[in-house]
Amino acid sequence: MLSPQKNLDTYFLEARRDLLEVAAMLDRYDRSVEKEGKKADDESRLNSLIEALALLSKKEHPESNRTEQLLVHFAKVS
Amino acid sequence: MQIIQPHYHAIARTAQDYERMAMSGVVAVCEPAFWAGFDRRYPETFIDYFAQISEFEPTRAAEFGIRHYCWVAVNPKEAENKELTNEVLRQMPEFLEKPTCLGVGETGLHKSTQNEIDALQAHVEIAIKHDQLVLIHTPHLADKAHGTKTVLEVLAGMDVNPDKIWIDHVEEQTIESVLDAGYWAGMTLYPVTKCSPRRSVDILEKYSNERLLVNSSADWGPSDPFTLQESIVEFRRRGHSLQEAVEIYHNNPCRFLGQNPKWDIKPITISEE
Repeated sequence: MLSPQKNLDTYFLEARRDLLEVAAMLDRYDRSVEKEGKKADDESRLNSLIEALALLSKKEHPESNRTEQLLVHFAKVS
Repeated sequence: MQIIQPHYHAIARTAQDYERMAMSGVVAVCEPAFWAGFDRRYPETFIDYFAQISEFEPTRAAEFGIRHYCWVAVNPKEAENKELTNEVLRQMPEFLEKPTCLGVGETGLHKSTQNEIDALQAHVEIAIKHDQLVLIHTPHLADKAHGTKTVLEVLAGMDVNPDKIWIDHVEEQTIESVLDAGYWAGMTLYPVTKCSPRRSVDILEKYSNERLLVNSSADWGPSDPFTLQESIVEFRRRGHSLQEAVEIYHNNPCRFLGQNPKWDIKPITISEE
């Protein structure tokens, strides 16, 4: 296993890229809403993503199981 | 679809890239001078490099039916070596006369040091003197916003024609200032550290496309020449027409680069027969 510092140094840029893609996807949704003048009929996927981000924003996860929590969370959305 | 790859470091790539690019519709690539991954010690090394991209590389591309053009400059990383920079700049104008050389680039900033700023100014002055196009690199990651702002400040103090300047590697936090100042803006699509294909299409949908260029800038690092084609596929997937795609991925490069008479590829219109 990599050291804590090596983990951050190795994976930070890829995680940064992935978060930027999420941000871009949310911006894309907002712009489409603005263009069409209405929200999606079913926003459950949007809400699921926002809830997932809230889960990730908690710094302390004693069981180091964020991934598992997200998979369980996303399973609620078809 | 005919595609132009406006920023591509061919010397760092294999012939297979050329072959696959040709199969995907790429008709021309433009190769700015860049950092080799280590700091070169001798001006003569640059001169050989300029000869490589202005004389040899066009023959390699031609094997696959691709036109190859180049730009010459001392990149910002090596601009810290003032003596080397000055000597290369002294010899650079002869390469501006080469039949496939489109201008001065990529100059620009990396850490935005005073030496880099001095070199950027010197490059732009040469471009003005020789009536050349300019391709400007902006810094990566955390240095990007500050470096782009500094580039714009440097240019604002010089007698430049914004039509002839392409500021590259813009992202969401820098594109507006570049376009507002009247320059051409380039998006460079990297797998990790720069803009992504999907984000590039977001930007194309948000801003007027008249002065936007898209490129992959594939080089010796983690990069992929086909991020450009990924952008095209994403653009078309969102319902934009083939002609709209041609305008961005073929005709815009023609409009900018065609300001240099050596560039003879013309904008095209897709027939609707």
